[in-house]
Amino acid sequence: MLGYIVNRILAMVPTLLIISAIIFTLIQLPPGDYLETQIAEMQAQGENVDQEKIDYLRTEYGLDKPMYVQYFDWVLGLLQGDLGYSFEHELPVTEVIGDRITLTIILALAATLFTYVLSFPIGIYTAVKQYSVGDYVFSFVGFIGLATPNFLLALVLLYFANVWFGTSIGGLMDDEFIGKPWSMDKALSVLEHLWVPVVVIGTSGTAGMIRRLRANMLDELSKQYVITAKAKGQTPLKILLKYPLRLAINPFIADIGSILPDLLSGSVLVAVVMGLETTGPMLVDSLLSQDMYLAGSFLIIEASLVVIGVFISDLILASIDPRIRLGGGAEK
Amino acid sequence: MNDLLQVKDLRVAFKLPEGTLNAVKGVSFRIPRGKTVSLVGESGSGKSVVSQAIMGILPKVAEIAGGEILFSDPVKHGEVLDLARIHPDSKQMRQIRGGRISMVFQEPMTSLSPVHTVGNQICEALELHRAISAAQALELATDMLRMVGFPDPIRAMRTYPFELSGGLRQRAVIAMALVCHPALLIADEPTTALDVTIQAQILKLIKDLQSELDMSVLMITHDLGVVANMADEVVVMYHGEVMESGTLEDIFRRAEHPYLKALLHAVPRFDMKPDERLKPIREIEHHPDNPILKAKRQRRIICEDDPPLLEVNNISKSFTIRKGGFFSQKSTEKALAVDDISFFVNRGECLGLVGESGCGKTTLSKIIMRALKPDQGSIIFRDQENNPTDVLALEKKNLFDFRERVQFMFQDPYSSLNPRMTVQELIGEPLLIHGMKDPKERRRYVESLMDVVGLAPMHINRYPHSFSGGQRQRIGIARALALQPDLLICDEPVSALDVSIQAQVLNLLKDLKAALGLTYIFISHNLAVIDYIADRIIVMCRGRLVESAPKELLFKNPVHPYTRALVSAVPDPDLDHPLDLKDLLEGKASVPENWPAPFTVNDQHEMTMVALGGGHYVRVHKGTDSTAIPQPDMRENA
Repeated sequence: MLGYIVNRILAMVPTLLIISAIIFTLIQLPPGDYLETQIAEMQAQGENVDQEKIDYLRTEYGLDKPMYVQYFDWVLGLLQGDLGYSFEHELPVTEVIGDRITLTIILALAATLFTYVLSFPIGIYTAVKQYSVGDYVFSFVGFIGLATPNFLLALVLLYFANVWFGTSIGGLMDDEFIGKPWSMDKALSVLEHLWVPVVVIGTSGTAGMIRRLRANMLDELSKQYVITAKAKGQTPLKILLKYPLRLAINPFIADIGSILPDLLSGSVLVAVVMGLETTGPMLVDSLLSQDMYLAGSFLIIEASLVVIGVFISDLILASIDPRIRLGGGAEK
Repeated sequence: MNDLLQVKDLRVAFKLPEGTLNAVKGVSFRIPRGKTVSLVGESGSGKSVVSQAIMGILPKVAEIAGGEILFSDPVKHGEVLDLARIHPDSKQMRQIRGGRISMVFQEPMTSLSPVHTVGNQICEALELHRAISAAQALELATDMLRMVGFPDPIRAMRTYPFELSGGLRQRAVIAMALVCHPALLIADEPTTALDVTIQAQILKLIKDLQSELDMSVLMITHDLGVVANMADEVVVMYHGEVMESGTLEDIFRRAEHPYLKALLHAVPRFDMKPDERLKPIREIEHHPDNPILKAKRQRRIICEDDPPLLEVNNISKSFTIRKGGFFSQKSTEKALAVDDISFFVNRGECLGLVGESGCGKTTLSKIIMRALKPDQGSIIFRDQENNPTDVLALEKKNLFDFRERVQFMFQDPYSSLNPRMTVQELIGEPLLIHGMKDPKERRRYVESLMDVVGLAPMHINRYPHSFSGGQRQRIGIARALALQPDLLICDEPVSALDVSIQAQVLNLLKDLKAALGLTYIFISHNLAVIDYIADRIIVMCRGRLVESAPKELLFKNPVHPYTRALVSAVPDPDLDHPLDLKDLLEGKASVPENWPAPFTVNDQHEMTMVALGGGHYVRVHKGTDSTAIPQPDMRENA
């Protein structure tokens, strides 16, 4: 097992290097760079552009160097924990991101938790009681959840939260706490605002997961080994938890790889509509303004999260499923 | 009450969307203490439903509509419970289930959970029914595993089911069922999915444990050979009703009901006369002037001195197995699936290929079909004019034409037909691929083909799901015949079918061979079937050819220890030829290293096929004189 882990970790290095090269190329692909975008914008507003200052900045940021040099500088910086400098915010990237990342992670974890806590019992229930009234009700609500656009649900919930509970519209906290250090009141305010985006972001995921878990469980429930367990005299609930659930759960662990990056960039539309200070809108802005180091940092962090997420889910799968762990002899 | 279980007028109904289906209609029988009762019937006869009703594990849509299941537990003297009245999920029923009555299922591959160890699953039964500590449970479970014949039970406790072979898995399932010492064991087709030698071992095991634990057995099966060797009493079911019941002697010697008689006549037996036909319950009838059967395509008249249609010379094929993969990425291993095999098939003959699962039969047939490339060897195929072609050297156009000459018939009638294609599309597809473009012509031809295999041409637009297993298999035959091949390779074509349907399909294949001048390679693990249909038989074990002979010689005088084990392991549906359960070599018959000299396969000896006369060949050490080969006569010893 140890050798396997080491192997996998070593294999991550070339993977990430290739990804970083692709990311850098992609960011550089649109014509021009951040400065040219800025110049065009200033000229459009009728302002004069000081050519000397431009040249100075270009040398200062290394934008006049060939692309591969810029790339290696960037990668070397990354290895030392230096994410680069954001042109737009005129701050090191770490400082720009740091603020938002805490909130993003809180929000994303809450949404994930919401999804799992809700979808597991419902998914199991709808599978065990297939074609019952409860199954139909949950399926109906689930389909609505899948079909409603997130931002629409966001607007509706924001309205009712404001009318019923007096929660201020937009943001993840009341305005007075923005930029203040963390305190009890600030935390409470965040909690008060948090549930709306959590419900909005979590709904479609929950609905989708209920459907998948239901389908998986239905597959497993009709398997022979369930009947064997029943023939042993085991109680229905224990059979359910010990056998089919254990096997139906695999796809959800495999999902971890895709959940982690979603934490960072997911639900941009909702974040924009609701004015959430998460990382999603910032990533979109940075791409639009060709703020290359900021955008690159987001993308490389996300890529690392995918790679790490897949690694973690592989490890968990191997530890809970002997067929994967002892693989070789598996036959059909 | 002296009987352990009495089923009285049991009725089970399935509530389906299209109405109520009475699967069991007033079935009555008894299971005496310590005896074995066989419940015999074909698929759909309701025999499994009866067992599920006894266990209280009927599917959700089914319910007991009437009758009694009286269970008198020998441990609780005099107390009689009506299992039909107890709620299946109640505590009382759960204690009986697995504790006093337990069950062994057909499919050892799926009846164990793949993610729990064998030990965990056996101990679960103990924890449910016995008030004992975990350590005691572990000990009892280990003892049970030793009892069912695991060589290293302590290690076996920690293995996962997918690490075990089919036979060992079924032993684990039996251990799980017996660990609580039930009064009644229900075995639902416990050996159907296993090879004959393994089947014989499992049957012996059940018999031994039965006397040791003093329990009754309800054996559900469609195999009359198994019944003849296991049962004390027999109950024959058909369409949810009991046709006939009585002692083993009554049933086999004095069968009265026409269904039972028909069933007994439909099973291939070893002592059949050379031209005796099986009598299926319903024969296949053809249209009197079917163009395909009438037309007598221009075929060679088969002469005695014709060279063989197919010659296979020194074919070897190995597969690379990546072992472990997860831990040790580099350890690869070569498995020899087919090892230096040579044989020939004469024009117009049926060559039987016998061997157990994993012996390389299917790999070999795929190589002949050019679906796999062998590592070495050559294959010669002769066309109607006896011009030889090197099959392995064929390319593009020539290969495409060769495909018309050799066709394949698959084992599983369910997965070998695309459920989204109609019968017309299925049978017509090879015609379309090989250039019969006119839809009208194709349709007419498909209709004739359907008639050839006894399917009503009016069903031409139906989809496979509306046909039974036997009918589907006939669709498969029609598809294989569409291109008028010379050679038909049948890979276990009847192993998934009921006996009466099996007889029907076997007779059809026999008739078609004569009518269309076909040549067959017939692959099967069922020796009685091979004996019925084949002219010459070759026996494979572990990728090697071990014996080859005309069928009369092979079954009368099998020489190779593996062939002998195979022949002796077949349960004969005849009370005068009981299985010799002692002579089973404990599963060593299929391990080449354990064969006695001069058959042993090891590094010291080169092997070769030695002629014994009359076309009988056996694989022995190189240089062995044919007179020095021990030739025990089986039937005399028995």
